Amino acid sequence: MSSPAREAILQRLRRGVATGPRPAPENPVRRFDWSPPERLRRFTAALTAVRGEVIPVGDDWPATLFSRLSAKGATNLRFAPATALGAELAAAWPDRGAITLIPHDQPIEACRAELFSATDASLTGCLGGIAETGTLVLWPSIQEPRLLSLVPPIHAVVLEADRIRSTFHEFLVAEDWAGRGLPTNALLISGPSKSADIEQTLAYGVHGPKELLVLVRVKGDTADPPPALA
Amino acid sequence: MPPEFAVRVGQALDNERLRRNLRRTMDGLVAKRRQAFPDIHELAVLRRRGKLIRAQALANLPDLLLELEANCERNGIRVHWAETVAEGNAIVLDLLRRQGARRVIKGKSMVSEEMGLNHHLEAQGIQAVETDLGEFILQLAGERPSHIIAPAIHKDRREIAALFAAHFPEYPYTEDIEGLTAIARRIMREHFGQAIAGLSGVNFAIAETGTLCLVENEGNGRLCTTAPDLHIAVCGIEKVIARLDQLPPLLTLLTRSATGQPITTYVNLISGPRRAGERDGPREVHLILLDNGRSRMHRDRQLRATLRCIRCGACMNHCPVYTRLGGHAYGTVYPGPIGSVLEPQLQGLERQGELAEASSLCGACGEVCPVRIPLPGLLRRLRAEGAGEGEDAGVPGRGSRRKAPQRLIWTLWRLTHAHPALYRLATHLATRLRWLVPTGLGPWARTRAAPVIAPRSLHELARAEGFAHE
Amino acid sequence: MPHSPRVYFFGTCLIDLIFPQAGLAAMRLLRREGLEVIYPQGQTCCGQPAYNSGYEAAARDVARRQLDTFPEDYPILVPSASCAGMLKVQYPKLFAGTPDEERARRLAGRVHELTDYLARVLDWRHPDLGPPLKVALHHSCSARREMGVAGAAAELLARLANLEVVEPDHAQECCGFGGTFAVKQPEISAAMAADKAAAILATGARVLVGQDCGCLLNLGGTLAHRHPQAGVGQSWQGADPGARGVAPAARGAANHDGSGRVTRQPAPLAQGPVVKHIAELLWERTHAP
Repeated sequence: MSSPAREAILQRLRRGVATGPRPAPENPVRRFDWSPPERLRRFTAALTAVRGEVIPVGDDWPATLFSRLSAKGATNLRFAPATALGAELAAAWPDRGAITLIPHDQPIEACRAELFSATDASLTGCLGGIAETGTLVLWPSIQEPRLLSLVPPIHAVVLEADRIRSTFHEFLVAEDWAGRGLPTNALLISGPSKSADIEQTLAYGVHGPKELLVLVRVKGDTADPPPALA
Repeated sequence: MPPEFAVRVGQALDNERLRRNLRRTMDGLVAKRRQAFPDIHELAVLRRRGKLIRAQALANLPDLLLELEANCERNGIRVHWAETVAEGNAIVLDLLRRQGARRVIKGKSMVSEEMGLNHHLEAQGIQAVETDLGEFILQLAGERPSHIIAPAIHKDRREIAALFAAHFPEYPYTEDIEGLTAIARRIMREHFGQAIAGLSGVNFAIAETGTLCLVENEGNGRLCTTAPDLHIAVCGIEKVIARLDQLPPLLTLLTRSATGQPITTYVNLISGPRRAGERDGPREVHLILLDNGRSRMHRDRQLRATLRCIRCGACMNHCPVYTRLGGHAYGTVYPGPIGSVLEPQLQGLERQGELAEASSLCGACGEVCPVRIPLPGLLRRLRAEGAGEGEDAGVPGRGSRRKAPQRLIWTLWRLTHAHPALYRLATHLATRLRWLVPTGLGPWARTRAAPVIAPRSLHELARAEGFAHE
Repeated sequence: MPHSPRVYFFGTCLIDLIFPQAGLAAMRLLRREGLEVIYPQGQTCCGQPAYNSGYEAAARDVARRQLDTFPEDYPILVPSASCAGMLKVQYPKLFAGTPDEERARRLAGRVHELTDYLARVLDWRHPDLGPPLKVALHHSCSARREMGVAGAAAELLARLANLEVVEPDHAQECCGFGGTFAVKQPEISAAMAADKAAAILATGARVLVGQDCGCLLNLGGTLAHRHPQAGVGQSWQGADPGARGVAPAARGAANHDGSGRVTRQPAPLAQGPVVKHIAELLWERTHAP
């Protein structure tokens, strides 16, 4: 929509562009030839270094998650029931009495108070991981909304090991984010929330989750390259 | 301006606690950055790429802004343009009023500092609540940030404990950093749970996809841009980049240069408001593109480099002047080397020209800038602008630093040094009358033993030793 | 018979008036390597003080005079990384778009900082005739960043077997000279100089050596101010080749007899280190009279 400010700004910039230099094209981005086990190793090292917890799991991951959350004193777990992961969780949860499962299936307007003050932990899936920086890639969706991974003090994520790529750039390009179109919100999460604003000393759980648990599911032979992604 | 700056400098240099805090912190940040870039070759390649990405974007700025606008609007992000800070503030106020918001929660934004936004809103009865821990602390103290990445860098835990005790007496006094953080988290929770309006800055605006990229470690940025119904993003017009695949190199340069981190805890890519069926997220997202002199800076080939800045703070971390003064002494929104280049261009040389002169041109800043801004060269250019010399870049206050005493000094200097016979006469007199020459006067000799002029100049000694002169 | 290769020597205005012994030592070093050193008497100043202050027209006038004074195609050796940087890196910018642009470029292409030329081109090597000595090495910002010749000074000193070379804490940080900066922002400059002086003192070195006399003037003056050596006005500036007959004790820790040669064991360190340009140190320790 046109406005006087917009026109004035653009006009000044166009004058500048006519006289400006033409920069040279860029050089190519750094690539790594890491094997899947190497990627997992680097991912684990990087995330662990910033107090993320990385736990190898199999298909019995709900039991593993249950025992970890029990040890942390959590009394409930919020999750997305309408996902494959949610179905796996609900089917195999050891004890709903000890740790209640809360389906996160309402608009935020209906569950804001509960989410902010009465939720101990949440579970989401993710699109994959980035080995170079120990990063989880999340595309929140209708089933797994944005605040689910942000508000509760413990955030647990199931990551498929064969979905770990080497770099962020690789993710963007191999999965053609620009071409596919980005979701409302795409997220990179690389550890629990922290700040060094007081005397440059790290403190955790400032506003986002204080703890990040990554359950890495390794399927079959990790020496295989990851399958081509849709 | 000059008397005030000199006063602030004196105060800062005399503040032993501040100097200790700064020395320790800057040493730490310098070390962290060095550790984060162990491979010198990789660093050189990255910096070159960073410079090219930013320079290309600036070379195509009007078209990129149009592309950004088109893609943002297509995504449902409303785009507003503001030539001045006043216009920007008016747009924010209007949006908040239409929402019926009496309060807005804020993520860290240097542009909002530049706008004086909080002050403007408060004057209109709307409370702006800072949620970044450092900014939150400063808001309690009524202070402005002293560093663009670590705003409360000048404060130690005792000072912060005292602030919290004064403002939140319901919590027991603590100097424990974890304890202080927990208090801040509890207080912020309430705001996040109830806020209907949130405001953020933008680290990079991606034209190709109509996306706003925000980076942070705490999570307050995500909360401010997700929990409320209204999200307002303020962004300088220079922050746009062309393509999504240009983001990774800039991100790694930014985080490693700023704090030595390979990546920040959260990288947030926002491409629109809540879509049909989605269960959280703002219903409205607005992007305000602020000019405030940037389009004028853009015109000059050399000074345009100022706009490459990705706000990492590495320049001030490595600056010997900043390390001794801290950010407040500069008296500007942006301190350190980038501030000394940016503020005279934003506010004019008559108000901020002295900042461009408060540098020994040591070059430490230019050496670490991730996008290779030639900061010492720009400082020199601004000094020339201040003296009214060289190509006119349109910087406000051009020539305002050219005063009579300076003109006289350089006229005399030129007279003696451009005429070898005069020069030899002057040096001859100086050496023969050396005990009469007052080298012990002036600010130099307040803290240094006065230099002694030699009895014979090198010109004389060279001739005496038989060195040929042609 | 072919004549010796010719080089120009650009002494710098600071050395001309305050540290001529450094310039003389440098020229003697070069002559000893078999070069014919030409010192044009018409040289004055590279123009940097005005240039850095933004007074480009005045700087250009003075700089143009240097273009006239060094017309031949000989290398131009400069005992200062700062002035060398001005001639080599800044002259092309200063004269861009003027009729002298080409001349300035050609001159810039011939400029070498002294230690860089000694180490890299001449492969300077001579036995160390002096007693064991601990020296603190200071690199100017120009040496480190603009000219990239910090390594050359370290390399040359490493070739003197009896020297122990140390660098002060925060070696990378500016000493606060910055030319006119020291006069325009005296308090900030003094704070930087004080920190650097303290770091140098903490090394316990007897001699402070560097490639740039601006820094040495700044640091030597700061050190001497904190540790006044009563009755000895000039010892912090090192040997004075023009003054004969001054008692050795008045010359400071290095005990010169005026010829430039170290004559006896250094006295215990009762005050701050003596400052020397690296040319002086190299000449003193390798020159047998």
